[in-house]
Amino acid sequence: MDLLYDTLFNGLAIGSVLVLAALGLAVVFGLMGVINMAHGELMMLGAYTTFVVQNIFKAVLPDALFPIYILVALPLAFAVSGLAGLLLEKTVIRRLYGRPLETLLATWGVSLILQQFVRSVSSAFAIGLVVAVVAGILVARFTPKAWWQQRWTPLLGTGSWIVTGLVGVAIASLLGEQRVFDQPWFSARNIDVTAPEWLRGSIDVGVVNMPAARLFIIALTVVALCLVNWFLQKSVWGMRIRAVTQNRTMSDCLGIPTQKVDALTFLIGSGLAGVAGVAVTLLGSVGPNLGGNYIVDCFMVVVLGGVGKLAGTVLAALGIGILSYVVGSGSLLLVWPAMPEGLNAVITFFATTSMAKVLVFALIVVFLQIRPAGLFPQKGRMVEA
Amino acid sequence: MADLLASRNLRCWLPWALIVLGALVLPVVLPPFRLNLLGRFLSLGIVALGVDLIWGYTGMLSLGQGIFFALGGYALAMYLQLNELKPGELPEFFSLYGVKSLPAFWQPFGSPLFTLISIWVIPAVVAGLLGYLVFRNRIKGVYFSILTQAALLVFFNFFNGQQKLINGTNGLKTSTARIFGELIGSDGMQRNLFWLTVVLTVAAYLLCRWLTDGRFGDALIAIRDDEPRLRFTGYNPTAYKTVVFAVAGALAGISGALYTVQSGIVSPQYMAVPFSIEMVIWVAVGGRGTLIGAVLGAVLINYAKSLVSEALPETWLFIQGGLFLLVVLALPDGLVGWWRQGGPSRLIAMVGWPPRTATYPALDLDPQVAAEQEQLQNPRAGQQR
Repeated sequence: MDLLYDTLFNGLAIGSVLVLAALGLAVVFGLMGVINMAHGELMMLGAYTTFVVQNIFKAVLPDALFPIYILVALPLAFAVSGLAGLLLEKTVIRRLYGRPLETLLATWGVSLILQQFVRSVSSAFAIGLVVAVVAGILVARFTPKAWWQQRWTPLLGTGSWIVTGLVGVAIASLLGEQRVFDQPWFSARNIDVTAPEWLRGSIDVGVVNMPAARLFIIALTVVALCLVNWFLQKSVWGMRIRAVTQNRTMSDCLGIPTQKVDALTFLIGSGLAGVAGVAVTLLGSVGPNLGGNYIVDCFMVVVLGGVGKLAGTVLAALGIGILSYVVGSGSLLLVWPAMPEGLNAVITFFATTSMAKVLVFALIVVFLQIRPAGLFPQKGRMVEA
Repeated sequence: MADLLASRNLRCWLPWALIVLGALVLPVVLPPFRLNLLGRFLSLGIVALGVDLIWGYTGMLSLGQGIFFALGGYALAMYLQLNELKPGELPEFFSLYGVKSLPAFWQPFGSPLFTLISIWVIPAVVAGLLGYLVFRNRIKGVYFSILTQAALLVFFNFFNGQQKLINGTNGLKTSTARIFGELIGSDGMQRNLFWLTVVLTVAAYLLCRWLTDGRFGDALIAIRDDEPRLRFTGYNPTAYKTVVFAVAGALAGISGALYTVQSGIVSPQYMAVPFSIEMVIWVAVGGRGTLIGAVLGAVLINYAKSLVSEALPETWLFIQGGLFLLVVLALPDGLVGWWRQGGPSRLIAMVGWPPRTATYPALDLDPQVAAEQEQLQNPRAGQQR
């Protein structure tokens, strides 16, 4: 019986990471109908922020403070990922409003860039990038206004960015000849985050042995869920978000600043991805490809849960997490040894992590035959036919 | 002769002449390695045609074409593994996993006829089935995209994990197999395969042309532009979508088989998530909704990829990510669409030669019209006067 609880507990922990990761995606999808393919990369940014914070605590601050670095990393990761998401919304997604498929492709492009950025960023690279961006903005600011109202203005705009980009590349490659600047910050290898002492042990509750890190993740998820729920239900901006989700045009007519609502929601959703990234570092080493491992699962959560209620996301994430863990770890066989022969063979066949995904996907497709819009569909006449 | 050079006739036969000329000249001019690359990229053009059919014409963004691509590749590779084996022998890799007898589903692939049919029928059936289950419930848009992506991941996991059935992650090698007594990897055989690829690409293009020119094509475009209206008019979009998805699957299967024999191996990597999204970007860059654009895009992007990856491997992901953003934000109709909509003349107009417009001569002479035109071209001068 302990085994059953153990399995359930581990599944719950994995499911909670999924809840954290999918929560932001679901809120954004419900509001804007946009699937953010770079969501996984925003998680990765959160994970790398944790890594940086940990290194700063190790190198600069006294040892006594080290145990609390993870609590510092949480808001920082939220801020880093949230700001990255805000930038993404302001520069790319806003221009593609009403074209969800194009948004999907554009955000995929962003995710590729972010992945490679983390792999190859070095001091030289960062300086070159900053120079290019600042120069590009300055060109637009300090050239005669008349230049920007001509027939050839589009060429000027493109050309100036190309030139500043080339300047940036030149600076980066010149600096890159110095060893100091050429050293990549993270490189393509995986990084390891050392959990603080108090998260490394485990706690015995009754018969179940609970690793503290996983308990922490579950607690984190619960806190995040409560905060998001409170924000959406009780705060003014939360009310506005709900209004725009239900009926964008009508909200706009009633004076709700929908663009600000979009930006804010995207910031929060991305920030939650960052928090999920912190949680992921506690489960094992992380690398630039981190996003790819979670993103499809997150999409499945959104599809299965529907966008009507937060509860849908939570139920779907926990369901997918627990089911894939229970099936994938093969512990069903141990829990129930007296299984009939045929079922036994089936369960063994699916008892690897990857095969469990096959089963879960098949179940989701079957479920969608019964309820095409997920567990909690959005209701109302505005929902498209 | 003059008749042949008349512009309408020229447009008729010149492309064909160029294709024949290319097919005859390129194998002599290009070194075998480059010729092989070109053949591979052309075969990728076939899968791009399928993507164009379902995305460019029907508006369904499938991120799972890799499934059908790899299924076609596996079908042919299984036949090649079995070809020229003595009775009772097994393909080599089976002995590694202690498999004593051929798995049942391998048996029919001993027959060349069955293989030739299954290369395109199996992907078409899988696509049709998957499509029917999804379209039946009116799941579309982003939901469809992420479901196809999840299906892709599921197939990837399945093929990756089943060593005893299809050699798992190692894939099946074809370069060392023989057909008609000749090694597949040999230069002569690769040249023949290049010609085969050219013929099949042209055939696939003509098939798509035929499909999109008639009423069927009109229905597809209607689905893309306003599906509910088509349904209210009395059509059944589900049937059209299922059929076109199956056709795209069949094209992907043929493409995968050609690609497999030209690159020498088929492995689950063909079902990797990024590869399938790349297929979409080929079409987007070439120009969606234009069939020739799909083929051009596939060849161009892949050639660029191989050139960049040889010179500066780290920058490719940046370039690719940038391409996604550029195509979506600045060039939504791709290169061919831009060309057809008068892009070049607009570009020339930007640097100072506005295109001559056809108007009534009397209008051109009217002083007021002339003044207005001048004012339009040079608004500031007009204000001062």
